[in-house]
Amino acid sequence: MSISTLETVGRRGATTRPRALGARIRPIIARIGWTLFSLGFFAGIWELAWALGWTNPRLVPPPHIFLGNILEQAQFFSPTLRWQVGVGVAEQPDPFMAVLTTVLATVGRVASGLALATALSITLGLAIRRFLFVERLFLPTISFLAPVSPIAWLPIAIFLFGIGNPPAIFMVFIALFFTMTLATIAEIDAVDRNLVNAARTMGATRAQIYWRVILPAVAPGLLVVLRMNMFAAWMVVLLAEATGVGSGLGQIIMLARNTFNPSLVFFTITLIGILGFTSDWLLRWLQRRFLFWAPRETGGRDV
Amino acid sequence: MSDLANSTATISRESAITCRGVGKVWLPDTPRAYEALRGIDLDVKPGEFVVLLGPSGCGKSTLLFLIAGLESPTEGEIRSFEKPVTEPAPERALIFQQAALFPWLTVGQNVAFGLSLGGVPAAERKQAARDALQRVGLAEAATKRPTELSGGMRQRVAVARALAMRPKVLLMDEPFAALDVQTRAKMQDFLLDVWRDSTASVLFVTHHIDEAVALADRVVVFTARPGRIKTIVPITLPRPRDPFSPECAALRIALTDLLKAEVDAAFAEQEGL
Repeated sequence: MSISTLETVGRRGATTRPRALGARIRPIIARIGWTLFSLGFFAGIWELAWALGWTNPRLVPPPHIFLGNILEQAQFFSPTLRWQVGVGVAEQPDPFMAVLTTVLATVGRVASGLALATALSITLGLAIRRFLFVERLFLPTISFLAPVSPIAWLPIAIFLFGIGNPPAIFMVFIALFFTMTLATIAEIDAVDRNLVNAARTMGATRAQIYWRVILPAVAPGLLVVLRMNMFAAWMVVLLAEATGVGSGLGQIIMLARNTFNPSLVFFTITLIGILGFTSDWLLRWLQRRFLFWAPRETGGRDV
Repeated sequence: MSDLANSTATISRESAITCRGVGKVWLPDTPRAYEALRGIDLDVKPGEFVVLLGPSGCGKSTLLFLIAGLESPTEGEIRSFEKPVTEPAPERALIFQQAALFPWLTVGQNVAFGLSLGGVPAAERKQAARDALQRVGLAEAATKRPTELSGGMRQRVAVARALAMRPKVLLMDEPFAALDVQTRAKMQDFLLDVWRDSTASVLFVTHHIDEAVALADRVVVFTARPGRIKTIVPITLPRPRDPFSPECAALRIALTDLLKAEVDAAFAEQEGL
């Protein structure tokens, strides 16, 4: 208890006494420094291998080549617009906008699928624990489908939704929904019984117990589950985009493969890496800022 | 505290808690049926401090949960101020071994939680929370988070949360068992102060003989499982009690003797399992 308490207290600068700005910023700078160093170190090895002529630059171009000419890479982005009927070749967005719209298309799909899966899985998880008949109706099927790889759903996504945004969002949804429903149930079961009992002795109704005790108690644990499944969401969205959604980063990867363009592949991988890294950082920040009471797995809920 | 005095003044002739023939079997009608309590007859007067003392697993916590209304007895009847107990009610506050505070709320919000359930206006419940925290000596802690407090402070917040509901009976389930010895002694003094200022009854579960001797008007000694009342020992010594006085020593010896056979029985059963 004591160690994790201190940690929680330390992390929450707002209610504890504010530390000097320098002391607060130093660890952040150190972390950013190490991240850059780590990336730079491996990029350096890659560059060295290129400089010494160990690798074929046409197959495995080093970072300074595939990041060096962003404009040239960018011309491949945003093909939806280019091939739309009635849009002239001259009406291309400028390269920066092209990359941005492609990235936003993918991010939008991940975010929509994520929001949809989170809302529905928490609702269903709560309903399963609240109504026995809902449990009997849904739980066996959910447990049956949960271990199925989301990739197996790809044909279904295309059969059901054709091309465009819906199949990609569906894929993200499928990758998260079953696991998160089961996680919601597990989190509800792990809620300290005495929190519920305390609320009951104070006269809480059943609805109040769900809204004011169980939901906040399970939220931090669910965010951890969401973070862990975020990577799966990024994987399947690319897959869906690569197989005929018509736009997005996955489509660019497929284009690069078909036109034998390793630089474009590595450039897109870099973009995806940055996006995945940022989204994970965002969820971690959300957790620290709004769901600071630690889930049981990491201790500190012993209050 | 005046509210509590008023609320109990009119009903002082009644019994705060009445148990008649109370029994509890967990998982009845299954092969794993487990008889926790049998034939409990107990009366707690308004304003009385009663300690339930017994070996671990003797069902004394079960009795507390039944009185709180969180569980129903399988036999017998429980009444609180003449009304049958069928569900939890704010007039019977329960305090657990772990403070069971909501970690997502501030200390002040925790104390006001019960009032907010009933739709008490924000200003009023803030005032009530402040008053309750004042009474437990934590007026300054209202904006802190539970994780920022020590174990003893958290337990005091739990008491404040209970007091904010203006209970007529405080049910306490080994509330100080998780605290270190020094904190525990402090908390016993603190509890006696709070109890003296109110006129609520306290029903206090413990397996610590010293704690029973320090606190109780009456000590209810339980047998090993299934828990029955072995005997009830009244203590009339004035408080604060000197634990090293000959009277307290004599009580400790008497209670130790009473418990010894039951602890042996509890051990024998655990080894037989």
